[in-house]
Amino acid sequence: MAVGKEIRTKIKSVKNTQKITKAMEMVSASKMRKTQDRMERARPYAKRIRSVIGHISQANPDYKHPFLVEREIKRIGAIIITTDRGLCGGLNTGLFRRVLTDLQEWQDKDVEIDLCLIGSKGVSFFRRLGMNIVAQTTHLGDRPRVSDLIGTVKIMLDAYSEGRIDRLFLMFNDFHNTMSQEPHIETLLPVEPIDKEELQEHWDYIYEPDSRELLEGVLMRYVEASVYRGALENIASEQAARMVAMKAATDNAGEIINDLQLIYNKARQAAITQEISEIVGGAAAV
Amino acid sequence: MSKIHVDIVSAEGEIYAGEAAMVFAPARLGDIGIAPRHAPLLTSLRPGEIRVQPADGGEEEFFFVSGGMLEVQPHLVTVLADTALRAHDLDEAAALEAKRRAEESLRDQKDEVDLAVAQSELIEAAAMLQAIQKLRKRRR
Repeated sequence: MAVGKEIRTKIKSVKNTQKITKAMEMVSASKMRKTQDRMERARPYAKRIRSVIGHISQANPDYKHPFLVEREIKRIGAIIITTDRGLCGGLNTGLFRRVLTDLQEWQDKDVEIDLCLIGSKGVSFFRRLGMNIVAQTTHLGDRPRVSDLIGTVKIMLDAYSEGRIDRLFLMFNDFHNTMSQEPHIETLLPVEPIDKEELQEHWDYIYEPDSRELLEGVLMRYVEASVYRGALENIASEQAARMVAMKAATDNAGEIINDLQLIYNKARQAAITQEISEIVGGAAAV
Repeated sequence: MSKIHVDIVSAEGEIYAGEAAMVFAPARLGDIGIAPRHAPLLTSLRPGEIRVQPADGGEEEFFFVSGGMLEVQPHLVTVLADTALRAHDLDEAAALEAKRRAEESLRDQKDEVDLAVAQSELIEAAAMLQAIQKLRKRRR
């Protein structure tokens, strides 16, 4: 029967799309779980390094490392983490909107901005805007390593120690749970003072070789660990957002298929009815 | 018997946590042994092996680190191990690399980067080799 050939082709093509979105949804779900595990594993390090910094700032109050001192702000740096790929709902757009309002506020105060971008979506977006990009890293993949980020972070750290920027921000999508990810902006430098535990007695470390160098090492690692965490959070958010977007796409495809099937059935029914009435009409005429 | 808590963590995961009778680590200025009630100490680590003698008298454990920081409190040893190769000049090279990508100018830095990577890998490989050899001797 030649009824509704177009409709059938259409249904087939929607079904194919649905298969793809379904597959992407499942891939994202499994990747999201893995990234969450990685986030979990990165946590002890962050906790320890924070407590070490806390100890140092308690034990060594006279010496102030530049990373711990507030300065007058003339120029800021921002490390912005975005995804490499699209099809993840409004994740990047949401982040960009938040980031732009924030940056606009600084610009209104005549503060200049240096950007450091991680992820190709951000690179293409901010390049189009003609912002000042000082460093970029793309294609980290799903399992970023700290070593992939060191170079990019180092540029910003150097800029900070040389006084080219007076504040360093980290911006990424924070993973709350599967349904909600929120743009998150935090200050990396100067390192915000850490809640002091009650000082019981005064004590100091033995430093080998010397306290400045060690403090610098710890602070650098702290910043790197924060950026690494941001990258992981962002990837988890990306996978979650993609999963949700693809689930919605799959559901929509299902609805379209149902509608088309209904139209197809009606058309088929109409054709049959017409045929019967033609036969009956023909027979009556004889 | 007195004991000391040991945490070995890296940015990409927790490596070891447990009670130890004694810990040996390759500090910047030479190998050190840490017993319970050691004075507070902060030092950086060279590439090398960390040995942990468990408090329950179990078999000694070995970990290879390619650098990092070591913090000692009287009852706590924290090793912040680096996962990455990170000689100073390697950081520099990685920074150059990222900058290069931003400026999209190629070539000249390439050789320096390779050299720094090779050097740092060499140091680490040598240390790793040493650790492996020691381990073998002990096993025999």
